[in-house]
Formats: sequence, C-alpha cells, structure tokens
Amino acid sequence: MIKVEGLTKKFNDFTAVDNISFSVGKGEIFAFLGPNGAGKTTTIKILTTLLKPSRGKITINGYNPVEEPNNVRHSFGIVFQDPSLDDRLTAYENMEFHGVIYKISKDVRRSRIEQLLKFVELWERKNDLVDNFSGGMKRRLEIARGLLHHPKILFLDEPTLGLDPQTRSHIWAYIKDLNQKESITVFFTTHYIEEADRIADEVAIIDRGKIIIQGSPKELKEKNGTNSLEDAFIKMTSCDMRHEEVSNADRSRIRRRIFKH
Amino acid sequence: MSTIYILWLRQLKRHFRSKARLIGSLGQPLLFLLALGFGFGPIYQKAGGGDYIQFLAPGIIAMSILFTAMFSGIEIIWDRQFGFLKETLVAPISRFNIMLGRTLGGATVAVIQGLIVLIISLMVGFKLENLSLLPLLFVFMFLIAFLFTALGTAIASVLEDMQGFQLIMNFLVMPLFFLSGALFPIQVLPKALVTVATINPLAYGVDGLRAALMNGAYFGMPMDFLVLGSSAIILTIIGGYLFSKIQI
Repeated sequence: MIKVEGLTKKFNDFTAVDNISFSVGKGEIFAFLGPNGAGKTTTIKILTTLLKPSRGKITINGYNPVEEPNNVRHSFGIVFQDPSLDDRLTAYENMEFHGVIYKISKDVRRSRIEQLLKFVELWERKNDLVDNFSGGMKRRLEIARGLLHHPKILFLDEPTLGLDPQTRSHIWAYIKDLNQKESITVFFTTHYIEEADRIADEVAIIDRGKIIIQGSPKELKEKNGTNSLEDAFIKMTSCDMRHEEVSNADRSRIRRRIFKH
Repeated sequence: MSTIYILWLRQLKRHFRSKARLIGSLGQPLLFLLALGFGFGPIYQKAGGGDYIQFLAPGIIAMSILFTAMFSGIEIIWDRQFGFLKETLVAPISRFNIMLGRTLGGATVAVIQGLIVLIISLMVGFKLENLSLLPLLFVFMFLIAFLFTALGTAIASVLEDMQGFQLIMNFLVMPLFFLSGALFPIQVLPKALVTVATINPLAYGVDGLRAALMNGAYFGMPMDFLVLGSSAIILTIIGGYLFSKIQI
C-alpha cells in the first residue's frame, strides 16, 4: 500500500529525512515512532503530497505523489497533528465541505456522513459549530471526515496528542475497529510508545531523520532484550536529552521561514 | 464547479456568522461618510464643488469594498494558522479552483458590503441620478471586489503569519484608498500624485462607480472597465500562481 525507497528531504542545509526506506502492506497498522524533531511530520507531509521530496521513490496505493498527486489524494484520508477544521462551520458542514471537494455524489455523501458521525458519536451534535467542541470531539470529527471518501489508507499524525487518557483509548478503539471492518491501512506517528506497542503491527523508530530499526513490537523488544518497547526505544535513540537536536531543527525551520519566498 | 461553489458558500457563511465582523466592517465607512460628508460638505459647497455627499458616497462604497475584499483575501493567513488550509490542499482538486472559489466568495461578500453602504448613503441624502446605469454599477462593484480579493490572496499566499498585516494596511491599502480620488477629485493633486493615482486600479474603480451613479467620470467608463478588468485578470493569474506554490 505504501512503498518508500531512499526518501530524503532537505531544507537548505538541514536534512530532515535522511535516506529512509520502508513499506506498509494492505490492512496493516504501521507506527512511526520517534522523538520530537525526528522527521515524522515531514515524512507524512511528503507522503500526503504537501511537500515534495528532495530524493527518493514513493508509491502510495500504486501512485507516485509527485507525478500523480490527485490519484494519491483520493487514496488517503488524513488527520493532522493540529486541528484542520473550520470552526465557524458546524460538524455537518465540515463533513459536507469535504464530501463536495472529494466529489462524492449527494446520496452517498448523505448516508456516509450519517454513518460516520454516528460511528464517532457526534451525530447528536451535527448542527453545532465546531468552535464549541472539545479537543477530543474535534479529533473524532477529523477522523470521521478523513474517512468520508472511503480512503484505502488513513494517515494519523500524532492523533492523540494533548488528549486525556479516556479520549485516547476511545480514539484507538475507533481506529482498530475501522482497520478490522473496512481493512483500512493505518499509518500513524506518535511519541507515546505504549500506543505503538499496543496498536501497531509494525513499528519503525526514526531518529535524526533516519530509521534506526523496524519490526513488530515483539521483535524490537526481543532484539534489544528489553521487556517494554519504551526501554527498547530509549536504548535505540540513546538516553540523552534532545536540547541540541531540537534547537538545530528549530533554527533551520526559522531559516526556512525567512528564505522560503 | 461544485468545488468552487462550496468554497464560495463557505466564505459567505463565515462572513455572515460573525456579527462582530459584519458590524465592524461597516463602522469605518460609516464614520467616513458621516464625519467627512457633513464636516467638509459646506466647505466643498462654498468652493463651488456642489453637493459633497454626492461626490463622496461612491468613494466610500469603493472603500468598503476595498477593505472587505482585501480582508477576505488575507483570511488565507488565518486558514493557514488554524489549519483549515491543509484540508483543502490535500484534497484532489486543483489549487487554481480553490483560489477561484475563495476569491469569488470574498468578492461576493465585499459587493454585499458595498451595497449596504450604498443604502446607508441613500438614507443620509445621496441621490441616484440615473437608474438605467444601475446594472453597470454592479459590474464595477464586482470588478473592484474581485480585483482586491485576488490581490489579498496573492499577498497572503506569501505571508506566513499576521505580522505583515499592519504593514499591508499602512503601506498598501491606505495609500490605495487615499490616492484613488475617493475623498477628493484627483485633478486637484500635484502632478506627481496624479501620476500615482493613474496607476492605482482603485482610482478607476471609484471613477467607474461615480460614472455609473452620477455620470461624472474622469477617466471615462470604457477606460475604467478596461483597467479594472485587465488588472483583475492579471491578479487572478498571479494570485493563482502564488497560491499553487504554498507549501506547509
């Protein structure tokens, strides 16, 4: 479903993603795990056509994101790290907007919106402005919206960041359910290690733009002789704090902002 | 088409749901109309210029369109900051259609705002002199609105946050407004400023409105139409190009 070979992304002199390769099979749940500034979001942006890669070959559902962006865009749904809803529109209007720009016919749109809003338990609130929603409700609405056009792949960039434990477990329950019922391939990034451990079939640990290790949670634990994925993670990414790396990445980000246009 | 429509509809909903914005965007034109209209009216009359409200109203209508349109265009910065822009950028639709839908929506909102100011002007004593020219009035209002929404979109496509907003207000929008002949006739300005005014598209907008409302054009209606129309096309192309280059 997703195939990446030798992907590299440079912002001026800063290499955010450094020659990574991995593949995700149909119906798999794949976790991209790494500390802040490791290159997780950059990778997702490239896979979802928001950024162009500097080098490397990518296929998403058989299409190349650089050459056939619209085919790729039809193939996936995405939940971004930060909310991307229009808070002056109602939940239903946000769904409707999405359905229209993905050219879903009116009848299908109506029934699918109802089905999905019921699925994330927001049907009763469908006519409320998103502005009045809590963080967890917004995230649920975004998941529903990302699924509206029957995507083959669901990308989730830190889907549970900043949510309370109840909401987090709720959201993962939805995602597991979807993965089983609609056999959707799920690609998510997180730095909550226990989430990757519990949910994912396959985990890749990325640090400083490079994939250090990849395998099932069980394999990773065995390889490192640790009981928890957390220990394996810390062992792999070394236990130093990330001041230096993060500030380097930030500096480059600022530079990019200044010189981008 | 349906993409353009839903983006257009979204702009309208956003505008009319925000009461603060609706009223706020009327405050400034109203203040200008009343304070300047009644304040300078007697002087203008004494100097032999005639009824100042008759002269001023088309200028203030243009002003309200200019401000609303620029603001609608610049709203992309908000969409970028609050994330909604990403939702449209990952969708399988052309960037040019997104830009066009937004611009049409912003322009429609600005025209409605301009019509409200026209109605207020009529209430404070402005008189329509030639009703048969009313359709042309709509054409000019729409051209001004579209032109400046496209300009706002173009500018917002290259700005990352609201820091540049004041800069644009003070060094672009205000000069465009003051050197458009909205408040005083262009002819009375020093030569250098007249030259500036003749390259200001809003001057042709104000002139076109004045021509349609009261038969008093400086550049002449065909010239106004030509300049506004071609500027609108050029800015749509530039705005569309810059918008298509946005990376997040």
